[in-house]
Amino acid sequence: MTRAEAVARVADRLGPDALTIVCNGMLGRELYAHRDAPSTFYMIGSMGLASSIGLGVALVQPSRTVVVFDGDGNVLMNFGGLASVAAARPGNFHHIVFDNAAHGSTGNQRTISDRVPLEEVARAAGYRRTARVGNADALRSALASWFDAPGPSMLLVTVDRRNIAGIGRVEPEPPAIAARFRAACTR
Amino acid sequence: MSGSSQRFLDVLEQHGYDFFTGVPCSLFEGVTRILDADPHYGYISAVREDSAMGIAAGAYFGGRQPVVLMQNSGLGVSTNALVSLHQIYDIPALLVVSWRGRHGHDAPEHVIMGDVMEPFLQLLDVPFAVLDPETLERDVASLTATLRATQRPVALVVPKDVLQS
Repeated sequence: MTRAEAVARVADRLGPDALTIVCNGMLGRELYAHRDAPSTFYMIGSMGLASSIGLGVALVQPSRTVVVFDGDGNVLMNFGGLASVAAARPGNFHHIVFDNAAHGSTGNQRTISDRVPLEEVARAAGYRRTARVGNADALRSALASWFDAPGPSMLLVTVDRRNIAGIGRVEPEPPAIAARFRAACTR
Repeated sequence: MSGSSQRFLDVLEQHGYDFFTGVPCSLFEGVTRILDADPHYGYISAVREDSAMGIAAGAYFGGRQPVVLMQNSGLGVSTNALVSLHQIYDIPALLVVSWRGRHGHDAPEHVIMGDVMEPFLQLLDVPFAVLDPETLERDVASLTATLRATQRPVALVVPKDVLQS
């Protein structure tokens, strides 16, 4: 399964009230290409911090479902972020990790997630639910009720390393992304 | 002296600050003692200063006006979050940064950052004031006006012997 395909499947399962934070790199560009929405925060810098941003939103907007689209490189860069989420234990926080064991946007250099199962780390830290899926059928099955049960959860989706040639960047300027996301969070 | 830490937090709340996260420093030990003890503040003890910056950004999106507390060693850790998250997206936050290593009198690991604190903040284009109990209200009012006008982080630098107990 390609990352773009997995991203699209997860995005299509989100309710209209969900708030999404997507990490930097190809993931955000693929989500943007599939479906843009003001309720999505596209992080373009600050690698590693998508889960921390999602935690902040989840804590102050406890009635909203918060979904973080993250990559293995990002999770590894801010491993302590998993501990922060687990310690705060927000029931509305869901972490979807698209794991290709590579840094996709810098040339697919290997990460170390092939040897460090990230969902097991999240479970040991204290996430309430975790699972790993590796094909489209398993992903569809997991997503059927994933967001109905309380978090913090981590669904790790293993994907292959294909990038979409010539995929565009996220078009809105950063302040515009932030302003419309804040409006979506506080409406 | 614990009165000074409570007064400090009261002044911040009077200026609209309503979300607190960070990493402790002995120079504002009195403040974190209150934050840890009083659930009213909802203080989130972060694992690293850049993680605290991310949590604060999320809280801002959710409608809050956040404060991030850190030792000045954490400025180095936070620099990428500051310049590639807060400053480019216009995400405001009040950074409360201790000033270890001021005038070179401190443990070796604090001396270099202590020495470059002011030029470092200037280089990063972060408006700041050095906390003085005499001018606290005025400084917080002025920094907060700048924070609201620019939608960018500002810093209150905490020297020794002001908020320790």
